[in-house]
This record gives sequence, structure tokens and C-alpha cells, in this order.
Amino acid sequence: MLDLSAKSPENAAEMSEYNFAYLDEQTKRMIRRAILKGLAIPGYQVPFASREMPMPYGWGTGGVQVSAATLTPEDTLKVIDQGADDTTNAVSIRKFFEKTAGVATTEETSDASLIQTRHRIPETELSEDQILVYQVPIPEPLRFLEPSEVETRKMHSLEEYGLMHVKLYEDIAKHGAIATAYAYPVKVEGRYVMDPSPIPKFDNPKMEMAAIQLFGAGREQRIYALPPYTKVVSLDFDDYPFEASKADHACDMCGAEESYLDEVIMDDAGNRMFVCSDTDYCAGRRAAGHVGAQAVADREIGQ
Amino acid sequence: MYVAVKGGERAIDNAHAWLAEERRGDLDVAELSVAQIREQLRLAVNRVMGEGSLYDPDLAALAIKQARGDMIEAIFLIRAYRTTLPRFGHSEPVDTGAMACDRRVSATFKDAPGGQILGPTFDYTHRLLDFKLAAEGDVPEAAVGTPRAEPTPHITEFLNQEGLIQAEPESEATPGDLTREPLELPSNRPLRLQALTRGDEGFVLSMAYSTQRGYARNHAFVGELRIGKVAVEMDIPELGFAIEVGEIELTECETVNQFQGSKTEPPQFTRGYGLVFGQSERKAISMALVDRALRWKELGEDDMSAPAQDEEFVLYHSDNIQATGFLEHIKLPHYVDFQSELELIRKLRREAEAAAQPGDAKSRDDASATSPEAAE
Repeated sequence: MLDLSAKSPENAAEMSEYNFAYLDEQTKRMIRRAILKGLAIPGYQVPFASREMPMPYGWGTGGVQVSAATLTPEDTLKVIDQGADDTTNAVSIRKFFEKTAGVATTEETSDASLIQTRHRIPETELSEDQILVYQVPIPEPLRFLEPSEVETRKMHSLEEYGLMHVKLYEDIAKHGAIATAYAYPVKVEGRYVMDPSPIPKFDNPKMEMAAIQLFGAGREQRIYALPPYTKVVSLDFDDYPFEASKADHACDMCGAEESYLDEVIMDDAGNRMFVCSDTDYCAGRRAAGHVGAQAVADREIGQ
Repeated sequence: MYVAVKGGERAIDNAHAWLAEERRGDLDVAELSVAQIREQLRLAVNRVMGEGSLYDPDLAALAIKQARGDMIEAIFLIRAYRTTLPRFGHSEPVDTGAMACDRRVSATFKDAPGGQILGPTFDYTHRLLDFKLAAEGDVPEAAVGTPRAEPTPHITEFLNQEGLIQAEPESEATPGDLTREPLELPSNRPLRLQALTRGDEGFVLSMAYSTQRGYARNHAFVGELRIGKVAVEMDIPELGFAIEVGEIELTECETVNQFQGSKTEPPQFTRGYGLVFGQSERKAISMALVDRALRWKELGEDDMSAPAQDEEFVLYHSDNIQATGFLEHIKLPHYVDFQSELELIRKLRREAEAAAQPGDAKSRDDASATSPEAAE
């Protein structure tokens, strides 16, 4: 009879045979070193020996490893994907840390000490005692201009960013505007050009913040970081300044005019409505009594 | 009325339950045991061990069962398990010269000490569906020979005696570990070989095939292909000597390739090398061809700008766990990014339409007007 039980950590209740936050301490130490180096050289991509995680590459393995190396038992974790706490992958990652680290979790931005995010920065301003961990697919901002890693690393070390400026210039010559809507490149402290991960460019100005920002790219084996209050400038030209854009609407649920909106198709006729992508922000505003156009309409129907 | 999408957690739980049911299939059909997979789907088990970088037939068989036969998913399960294992140390290099060969063929010499042993190969089977296998039945016993007592020498060593084949530089250095250090380029041969041996069989095969079809062509002879068991020895510090800790099955392939010579080297044969867990000869031969193609710089050959010569291209794209993860992640929600693209496209279209309106009017005017140039 085949006995595999000795090999199965899951036989033990709730994966308790795994170390706190899944990764072993040696691995965490290796990741922490990369994080510290990243914080010391803001915007520089630090190679790290990314591990295979129990979720696929592309699902946030870089962010998960950075979070695992950063979490302490006292932390309160929030996980968002597309700004929302209830997207399936956010649920899955939150469950992973509930199971392997047993930390408290929250959906409220201000209650979280560590927030792992994919594609958004929360609308609520973050504070000095918070850490924001980004999941990064392609950490190299120059990748789509130059496919070779050997070449792009050379370009960073020589601060040779002409190619990027030419690309932005060609956009303007061709389209009359810079045709990058998300993952809009930034320059960090006047030195490294950095990929902010695929956040909409609406979020770029928020990157100059009080919280620590850590970026993990698992498949590409890179970690980079922004210490609090680091200068982060979105690339642009004097006559074509950067513009943080969003849908020209207010949230139909909470009426917010300054939040990033998702466009939702409502019916077969293609009618649309706009709602905050940050679900916690929207819920908080509604709890405080703010109402949007849809909520007003529903109330009228109810009466 | 709009209700924010909720219930991700319940959806996930239900999906997992359904998946488990689908995995089991029709309950009227007996369930596969892990031992059956291990014994009867051994080549699948070998591939999972090789690309999963973990020699454990039981776990590989379990992974295949759990993955419903999806090989890349099974490899992923093994990789994810492997990373959690503590690292006690590393073995002594295995001595494939001392391999107890089940199969050993050379395409370069009709016969050689140790002989040609076909072993359990598909090579000369006729690919006719065997309907007898559809019914259950015992297989006739195969003939048994006497195992060779003395070690079987490597065929390339015979070429080496004449100095006809390039000797590999000896080194006592511990090679790097791809799974413990980030890959940095330029890399070196040990790391390239590690990447190739755990690389996707299909990818490595196609890369090798491309060299045969002329993309950095370097005609390869299979100097030797051998499959068999080798002892794994580990130096135990407390004992002060190495002891055998187990036995693994390996496939090793050495190719003999033409080499015209360069400014620094006289014409001689060179080698490509492949080594893979289990009986996995397609993979081992492919690996040897790609290894040889990647050595162009060290041998002073021309850069043909062929994919198989490009170390960065090969190493960054050979891992199917990385590839499938990144490929499949595009099915995850991207609506925030898509929203920003929507707005950008709408904006660019508005601007393009605004710009086109006066321009169109002008071109109509031009067309209707008779100008002297129009006559030319």
C-alpha cells in the first residue's frame, strides 16, 4: 500500500506544518534583503530568487512573496484586485494568508497595516504605518521598446532613457496625445524610470505617499520599492503635460466625482453605469449618506 | 438595479467541488490508483519528475491524478511542493559512466565495448493501435539477459583518445542553482543545462528541431544515448565520506557535432549534452542539440541570429510553469486597465474625427477644383 501521508503537509490541520506565511525563514530573509536594497535604491529592480508558489505565475506570486516576507502576526491584511476586495483572486490570496499566517484581515483601507493590490491604489490616502504591496507582471518599463533584459539593464545603468522619450514623442506625433493609459512610466527621484505596475494613470500622482510601496514580480524575479514620500514623476513633455484621467462621470452609487470608475454594461441595449472601482471607498461613502444617480433613481422607484 | 459583484468566495468553493467531481468522472468506472499511474503511465511520470525537478515517482503519479492528466498542471503541483522542501545539502555528481544501462545506443559506431542495447523502446514498433490492449490481459514475459558486470564506457571517450573531440574543461566549482538564485545574464553552461533539463519538452524539442532545419544548423550525431539507473551519493560531514542514499533513473545523451575550427581551435568534434530524469529520450536529445547551439560564443562560431543561439530567448521562455502562468493570467479581471484603454481610445477617436472633418471638406474641394497640376 502506497503511503504518501508523510509527504503531505496538508494532512496536518490547516497547513500548520508550513511556516508562518508559508515561506521558510531563509527565503523570507532573502526576500527582505531584496526589499531593503530596493528601498535603498528607489526604483531600481533588484533580482531575487523567486520561489514557485502554490498559485500560478501571473496570479500575483511576486506580491504574495513580498507580503509573506513582510507580514508579522500582528498585521491586518487587506487584499484588492481591480480596486475590489471581492474579486475572485483577491479572495483567494486573502484566504491563503488567513490559512498560512492566521493574520487578521479587513476590507477597510484605513484599518489595514498591509495592503496587497493588483492594478489599483486605494482612493483613501495611506499613512506612514501602512505598506502597499503591488503585484507586477512586467517590471521592466522599457520591455516593450527593447525585449532583451541584458540591454534594458544596461540602459538603466547608463540612465539611457532616450528610447522612452522617443516613444512618447511618436505617440504625440501620431495621435496628438501619449497613448498610454495604464502602467504609465514614472521617473523616481530623478534617476530610475520605473513601471508603476498596470495601475491606471489616474493613480500615478498618488504614488508620492506616506506609506512604503513595495513591488513584487515573481515570474520575472524582480523586487523594487519606493520609500515614503519619494518623488515620483510621470514622464511627459512641457507642452504635453501628464494628465491623470478617468471617466467623465460621477459614481452612480455614491456620487463621488474624484474616484476612479468602472464602466458597467447594464442591459442588452448597452446602457452603462459608472461605479467606483474601489469598493471599500464606495461603501464607506454610501454608509456616510452619499448617494449617486442610480441610488437616487432606485429610491424614487421604491417610493 | 446594479448590485456589485459579490460572492467570489462561494463561487471559488463551488468551482473546486465541481472540479473534484469532474476529476473522478463516472463513478461506475473504477478509480485510478496512484500506483497504477506510477507503473503504467511511467513516461508521463518521468516528464513530470523532470520538468518538476523532483525525483519522486509516487508524488509525480499523484500530481498526474490530481491534475486530471494535464501534464503542465501536474508539473506545477510538483514544483510548488518542491519549493517547500528543506535543503539538506547536495549529492556528489552522479557517475553516468557507472550506469546500469537498460538502453544504450550509438548512431556513430556500429558496435563498441558494451554493445548496443535497444531496451524498452518504441523505435521499431509499428504504430498500429493494439486493440488487444483495450481488453484486459496479461503480457507475455520478455526474455531476460545477463546484466553486464563491468561499467559501460562512454562512446565519446573513444573519440577523446584520439583528441578528435573537444575535451570539456574540468572544474571543482559548485555550479549555481537556478531554483535558489535569480537568473542573471549572461549565464553559463551549468545554468543553461539546468534550465533546459527542466524546460518544457515541447519548447526544447521545437528549438532543437529549428537547428536541424537550418536556424544555426550544426549537424548532430547521437554519439550515445543511454538510459539506466545510477547511484546517488552524498557526502555526510559527520561520517567524513560519501554514502549511497538512493538510485535514480536517468537518460543521458551526448551528441557529436561537426566543428570547422576557429581562430583559436583546430577542427574537431564538439559535444552537446542532455541529461534528464527517467526514460525521457526525446527530451534528452533535444536538450543536447539546444545545448550545442547555445555554445556558439564559447566556440567562436558565427552568430546566425537564430532563436536557438539566443541564450536570453531560450532561457526566458523554456519554463512552462512561467509561460503558462503568464499566458493564462490574461483571463483574470483586467477591467481597470481596460477602462483606461476605453477612455483613451474614445479620446483619440474624438480627436481623429475632429481633425478629419475640416480635412475631408478640403480634399473634396481639391478634387472638384481643376488645377494645372491635375492635368500632369
